Amino acid sequence: MNAKNVNINPCHMCMPMGGVLAFKGIEKSVVVIHGSQGCSTYIRRHIAEHFNEPVDVGSTSLNEKGTVYGGEDNLKKGLENIIRVYNPKMIGVLTTCLAETIGEDIKRMTETFIKDTGLSHVQIIPVHTAGYSGSHSEGFFSSVRRILENTVIPSEPNGKIGLIIPNISPADIRELKRMMKLFSLPYVVLPDFSDSLDGVYQKQYLKLSPHGTKIKDIQTMSGLKAIIEFSATLQDDLSPGEYMKKEYGVPLYRIPLPVGLRFSDQLISVLREISGKKAPKMLLEERGRLLDAMIDAHKHNAQGKTLLYLEPEQLYATISLLEENGVGIVLAATGSEYSTIAKKEIRQKDRLFTGADFDLIFKEAEGQDIDFAIGNSDGRVLTEKRGIPLLRRGFPIHDRMGGGRILSVGYAGSIQLLDSITNMILDKKLTSYRQQMTEKLLEPLKNGAESRGESYGDKI
Amino acid sequence: MKTAISGREKSIVKKGNKKKEILCDSDSLSGSVSQRACVYCGARVVLNPITDALHIVHGPIGCASYTWDIRGSLSSGDELYRNSFSTDLKEKDVIFGGGKKLSLAIDELVQIYNPALIFIYATCIVGVIGDDLQAIAKAAEKKHGIKVIPVESSGFIGNKSAGYRAACDSLLKLIAPEKPLETIPGSINLLGDFNLAGETWIVRKYIEAIGLHFHTAFTGDSSSETLKTATGASLNLVQCAGSMVYLANKMEEIYKIPFIRISFLGIEDTIGSLQTIASWSGDQLIQEKTDQLITDQLDGIEKEMKQYRTMFTGKKAAVYVGGGFKAISLIKQFRDLGIEVVMIGTQTGSKDDYRQIESLVGEGTVVVDDTNPAELERFIKQKGADLLVGGVKERPLAYKLGIAFIDHNHDRKHPLVGFEGAINFAKEVSWTLNSPVWEFV
Repeated sequence: MNAKNVNINPCHMCMPMGGVLAFKGIEKSVVVIHGSQGCSTYIRRHIAEHFNEPVDVGSTSLNEKGTVYGGEDNLKKGLENIIRVYNPKMIGVLTTCLAETIGEDIKRMTETFIKDTGLSHVQIIPVHTAGYSGSHSEGFFSSVRRILENTVIPSEPNGKIGLIIPNISPADIRELKRMMKLFSLPYVVLPDFSDSLDGVYQKQYLKLSPHGTKIKDIQTMSGLKAIIEFSATLQDDLSPGEYMKKEYGVPLYRIPLPVGLRFSDQLISVLREISGKKAPKMLLEERGRLLDAMIDAHKHNAQGKTLLYLEPEQLYATISLLEENGVGIVLAATGSEYSTIAKKEIRQKDRLFTGADFDLIFKEAEGQDIDFAIGNSDGRVLTEKRGIPLLRRGFPIHDRMGGGRILSVGYAGSIQLLDSITNMILDKKLTSYRQQMTEKLLEPLKNGAESRGESYGDKI
Repeated sequence: MKTAISGREKSIVKKGNKKKEILCDSDSLSGSVSQRACVYCGARVVLNPITDALHIVHGPIGCASYTWDIRGSLSSGDELYRNSFSTDLKEKDVIFGGGKKLSLAIDELVQIYNPALIFIYATCIVGVIGDDLQAIAKAAEKKHGIKVIPVESSGFIGNKSAGYRAACDSLLKLIAPEKPLETIPGSINLLGDFNLAGETWIVRKYIEAIGLHFHTAFTGDSSSETLKTATGASLNLVQCAGSMVYLANKMEEIYKIPFIRISFLGIEDTIGSLQTIASWSGDQLIQEKTDQLITDQLDGIEKEMKQYRTMFTGKKAAVYVGGGFKAISLIKQFRDLGIEVVMIGTQTGSKDDYRQIESLVGEGTVVVDDTNPAELERFIKQKGADLLVGGVKERPLAYKLGIAFIDHNHDRKHPLVGFEGAINFAKEVSWTLNSPVWEFV
């Protein structure tokens, strides 16, 4: 039977998780989670394990008194302590299930705090991230949107291109920036955690990363020449780019993540359109190399069958790469319920599942021949229980090194992803074909010989 | 001591300074970036290793998502405990109540898994929206004829220790026999061992080797069946006192089972614990077997340990762990390896624990309760520590500071108890302290 009232082994996390990740991409910013102590600790633990980077997140440590009489005092004290220890330029105040349920008005509270303390060097961004109103993917985008709503001011055109990204890896962010540089286009990436979550070892440890999107660059995003937002599956009301378009008239291109040939081409064509320039030679060469790799591997890929579970934006883009390479998709799932991915053009729509948990993934995979799965570390149960090897992609990857260094975007990233996929298929085939052929072809010969009272291989 | 965060002064002491007691077992300060988790976490850590229990988290998805199969407890049988079930409450449930959804969830899960035992964890919002877990559990017990036990673990009712108590209260409900059990002489429960990487099995091997009967652990590799017979034991050993001394006290009060505190971390405490158990038995044969076990085990590891004892001379360690017993044993364990502990703290240590810690450490050692990354950084640098012991969140900080690190948490993949655990510990110290990587730093 299918359980309807219970989630069995979750495939997604909660809103504040996405919020913390987003704020990690802003220079000298820190998050205070308004709620009980555990939320911040669990979130820190997961992020620290994926990136192997320290993640300091404050909690207002709400207790019984705060829950009954309101947590304003806790919030105020928490902000004071965080400012004293970290001296941040920006503080994200994220709510929790608890704070939302008791109806904490964090907007008013943070405004009062700023007014009472007269602080001018730190900006506080309140974000409603009740854990029960969305997954970490929605928490990520709504935090980015709130950062814009609270920071952007009218400004002169600056000729830069804005890139608004979903929860991709630091390596992916670096690749997008490289592509912009190859196009000689000035850019602002929001949020940019390419350094803060994949840091350089330095003699001097800094509690807060000085890297990330500069606040003055966020303020002047109203003067951008255009915004490219990788949000093909996002509801409009959560889209940071839609806000910028509506509020400041910034031209907006909402496209999928550039994973695979088609979606990478889409980014290049947008960049050509915005800049009026031709695509740089190096990117064209990389495109050629990707196509070459696709041709080299196409017969292997045609034999592959996979299942994948990712955040909506990564899911849509990875499906596209699999489709254009002829890899069979047994099922594609996301834990998020709110994405618009189901409205997208996907060949096997009947194999797409939103609001999924691992129980559903197991049931839908039952009896299917699957070579490998693509998704975060939680899918290790697929390997343990069904012997399905796992290509670790997405977040969190807590049982392997280098989660932050996995590259999947652009032509260069797509080559890496495609090679990994093809190699999973090859691995399955090359480690099983001898036994399969022996069973299928040799066993009947042996049995035949036996039935004739002979033994296979006897000299005639 | 002067601190950046006001209110933290009393939670930090330096041995040798004018006598004052450390402030501990209090709520974490807002904005202090405490390393503690919540009440629910404390409860789940204690109950999760019960292998045939079905753990339903009544609340929004995060609480279940972040605690799904992340611990290293091993099982000799059932694997049901390695799943995470959540009622995945949504906005409408918060408004209209989640009780009905919970009842339906229990019905569905009983049909699918047919479990012997269900724990229902209350999360923060359950405490606010007022779903009556007691009534729901009672109704479900009647309907399905199995044990359904609510765990009062709303995050805001206290700190992680409150979660330990909530778990112990739930365990008391589980072990209560219908009629009093007959006491089995020489039979022992082990409280506060969670069979991380098979640690309960190591202790069990020792107990059986000296001629005593191992009853059940609370809760490593236990099951609803083994726990239901727990009140027939004649002695409770308490290892992780932070989580279990409350239960031990209650069991003494209700079932007249005496308890002694032991620790199997490190050679010194392992030997001491075995001897304590033997002398409790008052049996000459058990005493002899214990002496023999200790001699044999020491013989087995002596050569290897000797090598390690010369490797780390003059090195300094900082320790920040969850409970007091771990911290206390670690001081002795490091001393055995020629390493001095220069900073030490716990998330949930008691006043008693801290008194012992202070008596064991050298002059000038910094002792901290419920510390945070900023203080860890400050004292590691100030005291010149070469190594930090901690959990997942502390690890990247140690590495950024360019020092060695020992993982001492529930995720561990090799056992750290007993004689073999002591060797594993020494090995891990050498892997990290003697790594060639530090030549480049």
